[in-house]
Amino acid sequence: MSKSTKKIEGITKEFTQGVIDKALEAYPEKGRKKRAPHLAPNTPDSSATCVKSNRKTVPGVMSARGCAYAGAKGVVWGPIRDMVHVSHGPVGCGWYSWGTRRNLMTGINGVTQFGMQFTSDFQEKDIVYGGDKKLKTLLAEAHELFPLAKGISVLSECPVGLIGDDINSVAKQAAKDLDLPIIPCNCEGFRGVSQSLGHHISNDTIRDYIIGTREFAEPSSPYDISLIGDYNIGGDVWSAKALLEEIGLNVKSVWTGDGELEKIAATHSVKLNLIHCYRSMNYMCKVMEEKYGIPWLEFNFFGPTKIRESLRQIAERFDDTIKENVERVIAKYDPIMQAIVDEYKPRLDGKKVMLLVGGLRPRHTIGAYEDLGMVCVGSGYEFAHGDDYERTQPEMPEATVVYDDPSEFEFEQFVHAMKPDLIGSGIKEKYVFQKMGIPFRQMHSWDYSGPYHGYQGFSIFARDIDMAVNSPTWKLVKSPF
Amino acid sequence: MSAEAAVKYVTETPIEEVERVSAWINSEEYKEKNFARQALVINPPHACQPLGAQLAAHGFEGTLPFVHGSQGCASYYRSTLNRHFREPAPAVSDSMTEDGAVFGGQSNLHEGLENALALYKPKMIAVFTSCMPEVIGDDLTAFIRNAKKKGVVPEDFPTPYANTPSFNGSHIHGYDAMLNSILQYLTEGKQVEGRCTGKLNLIPGCDFNTGNYREYKHILKEFGIPYTILADITESFDSPLDGTYKIYPGGTKLDDAADSINGKATITLGPYATAKSYTWIKDNYSGKHVSLPIPMGIAKTDEFIVKLSELFNKPVPASLKEERGRAVDAMTDSHQYIHGKKFALYGDPDYLLGYVSFLLEMGGIPLHILCSKGSKKFEKEMQGLLNGSLYGAGCKIYMNKDLWHMRSLLMTEPVDAMIGDTHGKFAARDAKIPLFRFGFPIFDRVNKHRYPLVGYQGAMNMITEIANKFIDIKDDTCEDRFFEMMR
Repeated sequence: MSKSTKKIEGITKEFTQGVIDKALEAYPEKGRKKRAPHLAPNTPDSSATCVKSNRKTVPGVMSARGCAYAGAKGVVWGPIRDMVHVSHGPVGCGWYSWGTRRNLMTGINGVTQFGMQFTSDFQEKDIVYGGDKKLKTLLAEAHELFPLAKGISVLSECPVGLIGDDINSVAKQAAKDLDLPIIPCNCEGFRGVSQSLGHHISNDTIRDYIIGTREFAEPSSPYDISLIGDYNIGGDVWSAKALLEEIGLNVKSVWTGDGELEKIAATHSVKLNLIHCYRSMNYMCKVMEEKYGIPWLEFNFFGPTKIRESLRQIAERFDDTIKENVERVIAKYDPIMQAIVDEYKPRLDGKKVMLLVGGLRPRHTIGAYEDLGMVCVGSGYEFAHGDDYERTQPEMPEATVVYDDPSEFEFEQFVHAMKPDLIGSGIKEKYVFQKMGIPFRQMHSWDYSGPYHGYQGFSIFARDIDMAVNSPTWKLVKSPF
Repeated sequence: MSAEAAVKYVTETPIEEVERVSAWINSEEYKEKNFARQALVINPPHACQPLGAQLAAHGFEGTLPFVHGSQGCASYYRSTLNRHFREPAPAVSDSMTEDGAVFGGQSNLHEGLENALALYKPKMIAVFTSCMPEVIGDDLTAFIRNAKKKGVVPEDFPTPYANTPSFNGSHIHGYDAMLNSILQYLTEGKQVEGRCTGKLNLIPGCDFNTGNYREYKHILKEFGIPYTILADITESFDSPLDGTYKIYPGGTKLDDAADSINGKATITLGPYATAKSYTWIKDNYSGKHVSLPIPMGIAKTDEFIVKLSELFNKPVPASLKEERGRAVDAMTDSHQYIHGKKFALYGDPDYLLGYVSFLLEMGGIPLHILCSKGSKKFEKEMQGLLNGSLYGAGCKIYMNKDLWHMRSLLMTEPVDAMIGDTHGKFAARDAKIPLFRFGFPIFDRVNKHRYPLVGYQGAMNMITEIANKFIDIKDDTCEDRFFEMMR
């Protein structure tokens, strides 16, 4: 994507490096050495990434990261609505991740949809004697009590891998006995350095146990696509799917927001995979490309500018019918989007935003803020890899601050220096910055709002951003006495 | 079999089948199968030990909670506290990974302590464990001793630590373990023969309602009794917004905690959440020691007030007598909205005893009482409470059951309302009854943690919420001809 480098007055490489150096001063030497390569002024034009990433978290610094289990349960597996997802191990992990991601689901809870907390609730004796027997029993119980569940995933928590349980063979036998897909996922929280490995492991289990095991009953069409890496946070899938259908495409399956197991299993017959969250699902896109010859395309449905760009890129992969549809749809929505921009931009123009999120949002949402006249002065990820930063740097203005897995201490220092008008990050950060009187939106969960994807989502996004930045409550922070 | 015959197609579940199962999961037959479960736990309303440990740590001045284990654990505990209180919950972890499984977590712990000290400048670091070090058998005592020997942390820097394995007990047990460890650490060598601070040590237990703490302070202030709350999370999780972020906005002063061993008296109000700590205190603290149930409802509050009066030889202040009178006035004024109504309750043992005591006083019927992690002793005490009231007859206690069991109960033996935490909202919706959010965590309503449920004020708050909701329901659902001005 060639574009002119964005610049912000007052933000230079020297300024930002100074801010970084100052933040690093507080660290003991070893910690400073480890953290320094993860922080840098942005270099939009460089092909090299400006920061290191996907390294071990430095102990004791207060990272926002989660674990492999979180990546497997919370991100990839949890949103598949018609499966029972068993958190295998002690009670906590499943409890903390129970309904806390906002991957909305259709269906009837406990009948056709299982957004619940299933756990083997390990006790001391399970640690001592192993949990395989318990697992075998509970799989049969789950099948009996939830007969319409299309499958069961077994998501290992830390102890399972440490005590040497063999969930793979239990799952294999149970799958045979119960005639049901049972997918063991060795996603213990201590594996890897972040959620990211959990995504990868989950992708691998989809590859090994699911893909290719079903076929769509209806005849295929040249417009069959799959929507990959959209987890339906606050209903995002429903908005994105409606838009893709409006341009004439058939969304045959969604990975995995409001997802259905058998449709995911039949995805190998689609013509194109459209990937929203590259970080968590690029693996399976690549597998499907190699194994089934399905091309894939990254797209961005945040804000009218990026939606327009993405729709045209998608159209390029199809015939004139789709191309015409896309132009028609863009022409239909352009004035509606312009009205939104006209309403909110005067109140948000020139405001600065800083982001710290996961997956794709630290880069994908920048355009939506820019549509509202805002500028991004800092961005970073909890668990990104180099290829994420390659994609991020061109989106961010020159010399703005890039941070990989920042500690809360660093993030605070950067905020003090960059003085954003809005911070978009997570629940752990939210109240820290709100105490400082800085407007904040949770950008993992859309702060209990959404959807933010697609044309439908932009009106909600714009309203929410305006509401956060311009809430009259901020004027009350300073007491008159 | 031909290759074609082996093809499996994407199937749709027939609508009749969906309808059949939808009805079946509400049936008596399903309930039996559901209660026959041996291994699978579904929707348990309790968390693991370290969460409670973190809460206890936040209750002390300048204290940084430190999770020895995988980093994801710390993120989970923090998020849970953030969501419930809508407040920051700063805590670190030492991010153990695969190599920790092989070599143990000592180097992570040491590096973590060094960084945490430098960046967050705590006065105390409270270390507790998640699964990994517990399974591999890390020796925290040695690790921390070595850290001090190596100079990673100064010798005199307080580093209490607790083993809080997640495969044992629940968050209340982790709270107990951490509290006990902190008190042992801080009071060591601080007992002075003949010294008495004249103060009350008040232990609220694993209580996630900051309003309750403020209510205790109010009661003690009315009495004029000097006190130390162990552990005081009031400001930690209910701090003012004034434009500055304070990482440690409150907590019991470390000096006060150290001197608590010389207190005039110690009362625990969360006996099930502080069993170990209380036993230790009884053996080690000066002064009198009393274990009381959480003061919810009039009788349990009276018990607390009378005990305070006794221990400190002070008459009950007129203001509290008046408060009691107002609460009783509120109860008689509104009894008809609660009397005879059936309730399903779930939660931690201490909270449950409080809710049930209150309901029985109102003539409410606590029909289903579910405790997902509780002891025989608790069951016995609860049964005793039920036996003491006409309204407890026929009520049943379900020990070590979960909210999917509860759903079956709601469907086969319906009630008018549920009392518990946010996790019951799906069952309540299916049963088309209101859920009164009195427990922890509350993720889906605002400010609930600021409204006390303890003391006379707490009784009034519970009545206001329950009675008015029932009146709302009547207004929302009655036929037009029965819709009237007064209720």
